[in-house]
Amino acid sequence: MRNILLDGFLRRPLTEDLPPDPELAALGARLDAESRRKLGRSLAIREIDAGSCNGCELEINALATAFYDLERFGLRFVASPRHADVLLVTGPVTHAMREALERTYRATPSPKWVIAAGDCAVGCGVYANSPACVGSVAAVIPVDIHIDGCPPTPVRLLQGLLALLASPRAR
Amino acid sequence: MSDLPRLLASGEPVPHHAPWPRAVVGADAWEEAARWLAEGRLTLLGLWGEAAWAHMAVLAGGDVAVVSIACPDGRYPSVGRVHSPAIRLERAMRDLYGMEPVGLPDTRPWLVHGAAPYDFLPVTGDDLHEIAVGPVHAGIIEPGHFRFTCDGETVVRLEARLGYTHKGVEALLAGASIADGAKIAGRISGDSTVAYALAFARAAEAAAGVDVPARAGCLRGLMAEMERLANHFGDIGAICNDAGFAIMLSQFALLREAALRTNVAVFGHRLCQDIVCPGGVAADLLPAGLAAIGAFLAEVDGRFPRLVSLYDRTASLQDRTVGTGRVPREWVMQFGTGGPNGRASGREFDARASLPYAPYDRMRFAVPVLAGGDVDARVWLRIREVGESVSLIRQIIAALEPGPVRLADDDWKAGGWQAGAAGREGMALVEGFRGDVLVWLRIGADGRISRCHVRDPSWFQWPLLEAAIHGNIVADFPLCNKSFNCSYSGHDL
Repeated sequence: MRNILLDGFLRRPLTEDLPPDPELAALGARLDAESRRKLGRSLAIREIDAGSCNGCELEINALATAFYDLERFGLRFVASPRHADVLLVTGPVTHAMREALERTYRATPSPKWVIAAGDCAVGCGVYANSPACVGSVAAVIPVDIHIDGCPPTPVRLLQGLLALLASPRAR
Repeated sequence: MSDLPRLLASGEPVPHHAPWPRAVVGADAWEEAARWLAEGRLTLLGLWGEAAWAHMAVLAGGDVAVVSIACPDGRYPSVGRVHSPAIRLERAMRDLYGMEPVGLPDTRPWLVHGAAPYDFLPVTGDDLHEIAVGPVHAGIIEPGHFRFTCDGETVVRLEARLGYTHKGVEALLAGASIADGAKIAGRISGDSTVAYALAFARAAEAAAGVDVPARAGCLRGLMAEMERLANHFGDIGAICNDAGFAIMLSQFALLREAALRTNVAVFGHRLCQDIVCPGGVAADLLPAGLAAIGAFLAEVDGRFPRLVSLYDRTASLQDRTVGTGRVPREWVMQFGTGGPNGRASGREFDARASLPYAPYDRMRFAVPVLAGGDVDARVWLRIREVGESVSLIRQIIAALEPGPVRLADDDWKAGGWQAGAAGREGMALVEGFRGDVLVWLRIGADGRISRCHVRDPSWFQWPLLEAAIHGNIVADFPLCNKSFNCSYSGHDL
């Protein structure tokens, strides 16, 4: 273990700079000034899988790795919706998850924001027209930002999350 | 005459079912097959239904067969009545196709959640308390509900309730074009997108009676082994993290990310989604692909042994994994549990070796099997499989020869694909990182899918998790659960 730790000290950090994404930044800019002031420069995020194939979860988990290191931006995942500012929702919302999603939304204190991540969350993806799905996330709870992709890459997810922050470039 | 030929001989063979035979049998033979499953003479591979038919796929040694029973009113003799691994499959058949397995001991809904409250099985005793967890969990994982009954710290019973990610996969597949079906198949369980796409493609190719070019077979194997590596890296790290040893998670996450980035360099997608397609692969290697794989393998060679040695030498970590969540061999034999979960408990089955398909039929590799059956054995099994996958990737690259990577339309037609394909059926078993994925499909008169069934390896793993946690402490559940790493979405369909 000593060698692995030593390696970590001696090598340059693996964490990479994030290229800006004008499209997602513009989405964030559409949030009103009041929202952006309240969100400040730190977000507590609660992830909810509302029926995804778990491809999105794989990439969301990758955000915590050294390459993407989402905590450097003041972003962190929390274990309870009661601690969250933002709900990051994936998947077409299944009938079985609808109530859980609504209750998780209600359990999140206001002010709160919702990000629908992945093609399924945005528009049901290949699960459009499925009799077992309610629809996109926006069909169940209000959504502030959509991040497309199947699944969205970690870079794109980070760009979407940063679009919510007041001044992401300042970090 | 051994069991499978006897079973098939008692029925009427169905034409155009490939590569294994299917026969329509009567109730007597059907019930005899169920008894043979219960006696361990056969292993259940799948059980599914459609309008007026129930189908059962079974394994004996290296042979596979499908038997079908007509049930015009939806009623047929339950297999779960004598062979408990079939119970959840039959509950799903009731939910999805309205069938009635006569004698099924548990008729609660399974995949489709109705409005009625779910009746968990009653647990009675002194000083017991219940802990209900999910479907929204504390971590970033898929949704499911776990109902623990505990005596102090000790779990005396766990009952899982799944179906939260039920997305109507089979309903969408019925009537879809082959191309759309492949897209859906690649999104049934995101972590196994290659395995599912491959199983779907192989089933479609078997139905059509075509073989893909050799280069396509190699590229498919390459993607499948990259998927196995990425997932095994993620799992080994996450298991150790659930035992509180976070450095393994962060280090293995780097290896996982290296695998995904290599996929981008080689195939253009981090998870290789939509690249395996019926007829071959959608695109050949990108120009920088081979160099990227070489660099990736060198990185694995450099980092992986040090991490294995760290696991091996950390007694406080092994204190959590050794002896935890033990699954005896009888259980995995009874359930036909595949993947690392079966092999870590002594079941020697790996679809790549037991029912070989391209490119594995030309490769040399070992199928590691361990006897321990605990979390530690499931970690070591994955470690051994990493070594085999690295070797397989090297062999596959050495075997790559120039040539086409996809069948031309004319080849499909020559294989009887289009007009003559109506009613033809195909089946495939593909070894994903989690175990054998089964896909069965029938082509309709219009060249579209008339019926497709998909069976995730988790069907025969989830029930064992409930049993394995018995007598362990609540705090070890995440550890056990992660060491199983069953799929929710693949199971819920």
